[in-house]
Amino acid sequence: MEKDQDKILSDVTSGEYKYGFYSDIEMDRIPKGLSEEVIRVISAKKNEPDWLLEFRLKSYRHWLTKKMPSWANLKIPPIRYQDIIYYAAPKQRKALDSLDDIDPELKKTFDKLGIPLEEQKHLAGVAVDAVMDSVSVKTTFRETLAELGIIFCSFSEAVREYPELVKRYMGTVVPYTDNYFASLNSAVFSDGSFCYIPKGVRCPMELSTYFRINSANTGQFERTLLIADEEAYVSYLEGCTAPMRDENQLHAAIVEIVAEKNAEVKYSTVQNWYPGDKDGNGGVFNFVTKRGLCKGENSKISWTQIETGSAITWKYPSCILRGDNSTGEFYSVAVTNNYQQADTGTKMMHIGKNTKSTIVSKGISAGRSQNSYRGLVKVLKNASNARNYSQCDSLLMGDRCGAHTFPYLEVDNQTAVVEHEATTSRIGEDQIFYCNQRGISTEDAIGLIVNGYAREVLNKLPMEFAVEAQKLLQISLEGSVG
Amino acid sequence: MLVIDNLKAAIDGKNILKGISLEIKPGEVHALMGPNGSGKSTLAAVLAGREFVEVTEGSVTYKGRDLLSMAAEDRSKEGIFLGFQYPIEIPGVSMVNFMKTAVNEHRKHDGLEPLSASDFLKLMRDKKELVEIDSKLANRSVNEGFSGGEKKKNEIFQMAILEPTLAILDETDSGLDIDALRIVANGVNKLKKPDNSFIVITHYQRLLEYIIPDVVHVMYDGRIVKTAGKELALELEEKGYDWIKKEVENSIVA
Repeated sequence: MEKDQDKILSDVTSGEYKYGFYSDIEMDRIPKGLSEEVIRVISAKKNEPDWLLEFRLKSYRHWLTKKMPSWANLKIPPIRYQDIIYYAAPKQRKALDSLDDIDPELKKTFDKLGIPLEEQKHLAGVAVDAVMDSVSVKTTFRETLAELGIIFCSFSEAVREYPELVKRYMGTVVPYTDNYFASLNSAVFSDGSFCYIPKGVRCPMELSTYFRINSANTGQFERTLLIADEEAYVSYLEGCTAPMRDENQLHAAIVEIVAEKNAEVKYSTVQNWYPGDKDGNGGVFNFVTKRGLCKGENSKISWTQIETGSAITWKYPSCILRGDNSTGEFYSVAVTNNYQQADTGTKMMHIGKNTKSTIVSKGISAGRSQNSYRGLVKVLKNASNARNYSQCDSLLMGDRCGAHTFPYLEVDNQTAVVEHEATTSRIGEDQIFYCNQRGISTEDAIGLIVNGYAREVLNKLPMEFAVEAQKLLQISLEGSVG
Repeated sequence: MLVIDNLKAAIDGKNILKGISLEIKPGEVHALMGPNGSGKSTLAAVLAGREFVEVTEGSVTYKGRDLLSMAAEDRSKEGIFLGFQYPIEIPGVSMVNFMKTAVNEHRKHDGLEPLSASDFLKLMRDKKELVEIDSKLANRSVNEGFSGGEKKKNEIFQMAILEPTLAILDETDSGLDIDALRIVANGVNKLKKPDNSFIVITHYQRLLEYIIPDVVHVMYDGRIVKTAGKELALELEEKGYDWIKKEVENSIVA
């Protein structure tokens, strides 16, 4: 009976990635490899000011002194940094005035992804900044946002148009010295999104970016900077799918968030990079540094992530709770299947007084995958009355996968109250049969059970994303039968 | 409707059912009684399509079709309902979501459009009244944190929604107080129609005061050893199962 169950689970969980296609678009790229020269070329191609080139070079020199981190519960094959192409941009004849100017091939890719821009513009008030490889192709809703003084544009554009803002905030949350991958990103970052919400403004729509890797051997080094000024509010969505590839692709992004006094930022991610095939070949290496700074009093930063893709995930969206009474939240569902590996979690650094943090992590492991939660709750000496609640659940499907929990606690203030709960469970044959007996197929039953398990986190997602995420969970685990 | 012919089945190589034959016609209520370990729940499991029970011999024909070759979910969609002895908890899955999925799977099977959210909620409301279920129950996760009685009522509630042709109630009365028992029994009686049938598995005659069976079978050691009218249940209540055991043992010796 154990065997039958495992067979069912293995049948329905050995699905393959559904978004395996890539489009054939003319690329403007530079030779592979990394050197000061390459960095100068990237910077020149982007017409960057000297201060930014200096920042890149400083980061590169620092990166050379660092070693890849090895403390995560991951088996990472050697990465040949000199074989990576560090810059690729879809060739553009001129600046685009309207959607009609977009390359028809690119347009088709968007359609395959289900994001026809012109329709999306009208859908549910979502502004879409579609990033294909490195350069933002089209940004929508700009005018509406501009009326409120909201800046939402590509990082490169922000460097050109709002250099003061970029200079003031870039690297203040994730310094270029922070870690190996952050240094690498700071040296070679290609593009990304920039968002500034001015004082007292509530952003009236969900801001969304679709990232997409689309060029063989091209590492993707996104950089996102999001600033909510005093009393501002914004909800930001990031989602991605990537085309099927044989070779490994490196993805080392940085996301920095700053929340000033009374500001609130909600950052939601659906991550669905190519996870490799079911035998563990290929797939994206996703080494991301995401961090938010609750700079002012009463500020709040909330991370929600649905992680289903990538061959290897190394990612700890964190909050630095510096402002008094500030709040940090982390809600995560991480699914690993086949040979995927994930080491993901969060850091909550309590610095200000009366700071609060909540961590809800739901891991789902299937196939031969390894799924680890790694979290640090740190309460500094002056952080009186800090509160943390952590809940880390693991769900196992079959008996060949692994779930691990590494919670770290460092408390230097006696008034802190820190709670941690953890559970591990299996999808039971009984649960599946109960569904079967009511007419629900095994595949749908697993989808239902998994979505029920992850509901607490899914509920945190904006409506239009929640539906997509639910489907994604089911697809990630069912594949062949979904 | 249902014809079981010389059914033999084993769990982990151990023979549990040793040749069951039984016929159920539309509109009939059959009570299946017998001491613990006699094979009642195993029979229910075989009919519902539980894979850990291995059928070694015999056949089951349902609506003229070979039941044993059908997947569990298809049996459900063809109208077989099992009221679980121990209903399963599914955390985070609301009853509404669970039953809506089930109902729409059934409808798809019958070539019908899925029910709209409002039609479905209306259906749930109607059935809630029928089985006197607390309306909050329907908004909670499937069986999670339900009391024993609530779980059993919830089984009847699901039965009321799915309107099966053949309902198998596996010790639905166990662990119920007298009020819950009455509600469960009333639910069953209200759902009785000339073209649907019930197999009511129970230890005690108590439930059969409320649900009047047409036929009572007594199982012992994997076999049906006695079949009679409803008066058999009363006799069992009075005398216990020992006399049945003795009868069976004597007949084997003889």
